[in-house]
Amino acid sequence: MKPRRLRNVAAQTALIPSWLIVIFAYIGTIAWTIRISFTSSGIFPHYDWVGLKQYDRLFDSHRWVVSVQNLAIFGVIFIVGCLVLGFLLAVFLDQKIRGEGILRTLFLYPYAMSFIVTGLVWQWILNPTLGIEQAMHAWGWSSFSFDWLARGDRAIYLVAFAGIWQSAGLVMAILLAGLRGIDEDLWKAARVDGIPAWRIYLSVVIPMLSGMFVTALVLLGIAVVKVYDLVVAMTGGGPGISTEVPAKFVIDYLFNRQNVALATAAASVMFVAVFVVVGPWLYSQYLRRRPGEAS
Amino acid sequence: MTHTAAETPRGPKPQRMTAGRIGLYAFLLVSAVFFLLPFYVMLVTSLKTMPEIQHGSIFALPSKATIEPWIVAWSKACTGANCDGIRVGLLNSFEILVPSVILSIGLGAINGYALSFWRPKAGNIVLTTLLLGAFIPYQVFIYPLVRMLSFVSLYNTLPGIVIVHTIFGLPIMTLLFRNYYEAMPADLFRAGRVDGGGFWTIFFRLILPMSGPILVVALILQVTGIWNDFLFGLIFAGRQHLPMTVQLNNVVNTTMGTKAYNVNMAATILTALVPLVVYFVSGRWFVRGIAAGAVKG
Repeated sequence: MKPRRLRNVAAQTALIPSWLIVIFAYIGTIAWTIRISFTSSGIFPHYDWVGLKQYDRLFDSHRWVVSVQNLAIFGVIFIVGCLVLGFLLAVFLDQKIRGEGILRTLFLYPYAMSFIVTGLVWQWILNPTLGIEQAMHAWGWSSFSFDWLARGDRAIYLVAFAGIWQSAGLVMAILLAGLRGIDEDLWKAARVDGIPAWRIYLSVVIPMLSGMFVTALVLLGIAVVKVYDLVVAMTGGGPGISTEVPAKFVIDYLFNRQNVALATAAASVMFVAVFVVVGPWLYSQYLRRRPGEAS
Repeated sequence: MTHTAAETPRGPKPQRMTAGRIGLYAFLLVSAVFFLLPFYVMLVTSLKTMPEIQHGSIFALPSKATIEPWIVAWSKACTGANCDGIRVGLLNSFEILVPSVILSIGLGAINGYALSFWRPKAGNIVLTTLLLGAFIPYQVFIYPLVRMLSFVSLYNTLPGIVIVHTIFGLPIMTLLFRNYYEAMPADLFRAGRVDGGGFWTIFFRLILPMSGPILVVALILQVTGIWNDFLFGLIFAGRQHLPMTVQLNNVVNTTMGTKAYNVNMAATILTALVPLVVYFVSGRWFVRGIAAGAVKG
């Protein structure tokens, strides 16, 4: 029990910067962005009203449709890849193995580095002429060819792959903490009953870790929606527009193509999509339950 | 949190070296190679000459190591017409990093303290909005923020980018400190009140000295997060203060003519160095930061 509502002036004063940030930088900007999306603004905003015209244009825009498709492809591969690889790494690290500390450090270090660094490294390794292809040729496999980064229909898979390399360690770290919290008796009981370990993992451990999986899923989901730097560094959206993503669409139309109304319409769509998914979840997680237990 | 538990491996009891055990080690070994490979490639590429890169394998060790690419990357690499090397970005990144980290952590700590111990009126509105704000894609905020900052002449300035980092660091920092303080015994705070301590006295004399662990976690999160930022630096920092990530991307992706891959990789390692040092020095604390970062998710 904490003292409730001590209406202290100092406490209220201390929150003033946060109030300003909440009102102007969060609520105000969202309202403003949505407002502009209903105008015909070009380089500069002007406040007429054209209804849903920008949204019509947006969904007619080939580039936007490609961006959304790419986000879906990237999202599925990235999230599934991170979860599967992260889970396997966590389970295997949890088998009383030698050198666990070193391995754990190795699996997580990419997560400390930026998506820019990640994108640039993999861009170089996957370089269609000088990268893996030339290495294979040097080793005598002269017919080997790997040019996915230059192929419009394949490049997005490589972007997702690089993302997995960067973020799988995150899932591993979260799940490993969960695995360490599982009672040793579970394994004893399983051994007595002669149940194979993989069955225990599948039908007991994974359900027990569901909270951890959700946490990992949410963190990865946020990364998916925000994906921008990785694409910029690795492919620049190319070849052509084949690896464009919504976040990049917004930035490009705001600052390079000077179509503020279309950009804000795209941003508003992103906002609504995230809000619809996250809002109810947040409500059930934090607001209904007494907050503060989530740590 | 799992400090002692994580120390001792659990799980099924290990058997002797069975086929399964060998497979297990094989998988871990292959994974280790997969995670290490890019760093290895970066390192060997940065030590090769361009002719060697053009004719050899990216996985091969340099036949005659040279540090020339590192020197070029550090002091001569070009972005546009500027050829002062990546060191310019390094300096800029530090200039952005230090005030942004101090401000966002300070504000987050004060927020968390006020929200958990003082429960001010309508404090939940601040908390809920910040919680939501942690999830919403930045693209929604950017344009109005550009207009607001240019209205007060802070767009494309150092204070401008620091303000932006403070704004977007606030949700996670507030939640971090709030959850930490919620778990603190309230009696301590009450004792401070009985002794006649006010808002700031209790904060600086009582609460802050007990916040060591969470300050470390916050520091790790903000230093790596702000250092690795690209989007905000690109949009808000202005040409004079472009952070290292933006400069690196410009060096690598906008060069005309033949790309100097060795220089690029040296510059990439230099850019990754600060968060990597933080990672390797902080060790287990970094993992705690991830667990704490999960409060936003």
